[in-house]
Amino acid sequence: MSTTRVGRGLGRESGRGAGELRLETQPLEIVRLETRSPRPGAPGLGTTGSPPPRPARSGIRTGAWAVGLTVLLAASVIVAVTIGPAGLSPSDVWASVLAHLGIGEPTLSPLRDGIVWELRMPRVLSAAAVGAGLALCGAVMQALTRNPLADPYLLGLSSGASVGAVIVIVLGVGLLLPFAAFAGALVALVATLALANAAGAMTPTRTVLAGLAVSAVFGAITSLVIFWSATGDSYREILNWLLGSLAGADWTSVAIAGGAVVLIGIPLLASAKTLDAFAFGDTAAAALGVHVGRSRALLLTGTALLTGALVAVSGAIGFVGLILPHAVRFLVGSRHRALLPLSALAGALFLVWADTGARTLFDPRELPVGILTALIGGPVFALLMLRNRRLT
Amino acid sequence: MTDTRSTDAPMAETRSTDARSTDGLRVDRVSFTRGRRLIIDDVDCTVPVGRVGALLGPNGAGKSTLLHLIAGIERAHAGTARMGDRDLAALRRRDRARVVALAEQEVQDAPSLRVSEVVALGRTPYLGAFAGPSDLDRAVVRRCLEDAGLVELADREYASLSGGERQRVNIARALAQEPELLLLDEPTNHLDVRAQLTMLRLLRELAHGGLTVLAALHDLSLAAGYADHVIVLSNGRVAAAGDPRAVLMPELIRTVWGVEAEVLEHPASGRPLIAYSDVAGERMPQRHAR
Repeated sequence: MSTTRVGRGLGRESGRGAGELRLETQPLEIVRLETRSPRPGAPGLGTTGSPPPRPARSGIRTGAWAVGLTVLLAASVIVAVTIGPAGLSPSDVWASVLAHLGIGEPTLSPLRDGIVWELRMPRVLSAAAVGAGLALCGAVMQALTRNPLADPYLLGLSSGASVGAVIVIVLGVGLLLPFAAFAGALVALVATLALANAAGAMTPTRTVLAGLAVSAVFGAITSLVIFWSATGDSYREILNWLLGSLAGADWTSVAIAGGAVVLIGIPLLASAKTLDAFAFGDTAAAALGVHVGRSRALLLTGTALLTGALVAVSGAIGFVGLILPHAVRFLVGSRHRALLPLSALAGALFLVWADTGARTLFDPRELPVGILTALIGGPVFALLMLRNRRLT
Repeated sequence: MTDTRSTDAPMAETRSTDARSTDGLRVDRVSFTRGRRLIIDDVDCTVPVGRVGALLGPNGAGKSTLLHLIAGIERAHAGTARMGDRDLAALRRRDRARVVALAEQEVQDAPSLRVSEVVALGRTPYLGAFAGPSDLDRAVVRRCLEDAGLVELADREYASLSGGERQRVNIARALAQEPELLLLDEPTNHLDVRAQLTMLRLLRELAHGGLTVLAALHDLSLAAGYADHVIVLSNGRVAAAGDPRAVLMPELIRTVWGVEAEVLEHPASGRPLIAYSDVAGERMPQRHAR
């Protein structure tokens, strides 16, 4: 958590971040520095090394970000649909959308309209929904586990969901797909937390290591099931589930991912104040009137449910849930009333563009989008780790 | 149990003027076991409204646990803790958090929040699911920042504060719950002398305003200097309780802490001043030559 604080310090007022880092590594120094007068207005207060006041993180500021990101997301969806072969323009996309909503007359040829409405639009919207959901999950998990490195991918939920999804696909009961993925995510979550807990105090590092072990096992099971059952291009299948891909997303995918984001996102947003209360740990949360055990169980189950639905659509896409909440904290701070909705918007925006890159960069070959998110997310993860040296 | 329970501390300069509950905190025959170990054993104690109570005792005596039981963070296996005429354990969590607030010992990994945001966490039991803080919530936060002397620090990052400042923020957060009872777990831990005295003065001022305060403390002289009422815990039982001058006697200090001490009178305040002389019942350890 302190990573973002330092980051924010560097961003808003250069020169202060370095001083904070020094204090952090020498906790004794903090105590020795306590020589200031406690009374307001006393001489010396606010002059000894205290930084200039920063603008308040007001609701207006958060609102501005929300409006800005929403507009950017809507524009990105339209533009992303135009990108790729077929030479579409934003106005073509707009015309197709209006025609399908029954507002305007169809002006595109059936082929081009099909590309917009049947191929690209569902894929772009799925990317938006999956990105929003993953970022939401990450933000919620980071608060509940008080672990800045928590995210559905690193803690093994995504791999668990993949196992569930792949098994029902192989068994030919595709209708159960989201439920099986949810069950897999939940099993993986419980396994990770139990393992981290059994190994001693549940420190962030231990939790991530436990997640790594669980991910490895579930990833291997996914690969085995596909390899054992698949007749054709099993390697590609395996890659898509392990690294995540939105190739082949259709309107059903949009319904599953989008529906889950709305249905689970709303109760998660309603829990913003509960998540805030966890900032100082379980005892403090309990003292603020939070039912700690029940809240944590319910909210983590919610993230498992959401992860299950997302993975059923896209496979295990990594790092979106990890880095987007941190980026948003950098902008508006840690209060979840602002953090959750903005993380969802930022996650959607991020994955729309990552997926657009994945399907066009090596055209006509397609890259699993997880490769791109890992390419960006890996270094950010390393940066988080280096800045949070106390996490061990 | 030599409970000289006094509801009328003679030294009290902090008489309550506007009592919200008639008779403050009353803990009645509370017991708590963890595993097979009896941590809190049939504890009775009181802190009158508008007074500062100090919870004393060696490490492991059960001070933190007793505070947690009163705050409803853990549930007592027997007995009740009442504030006025309300049984705290019977209240809903949210309602209880509006009556009792707990300021914990400092947390290790500080969250990335500003001081004003940390204090606003105290409004949690008053917030709805979707609605943000109201004007009233903001006004309370502002007042608590003032009361704790934190106005200048309101926009600072919590993690950048000193230990004493953080403790004051924790107290301001607890005050934002608008409690009737404020519990503090070693609020002077790791603070230098000035910060410790500042902290205890703040507690006295708050009590003067009608708040009932119970703080677990380690420093006996400090407790004797600032508390109206002391409760001494030993192995989960109340060893003594009452006015500090009546309670903090050499015999008690020897029995409970295993320390030989003389109790002097503070030349300025007249309050007890504890001068430790040796570990009780043992020979002075050999000094290593430097």
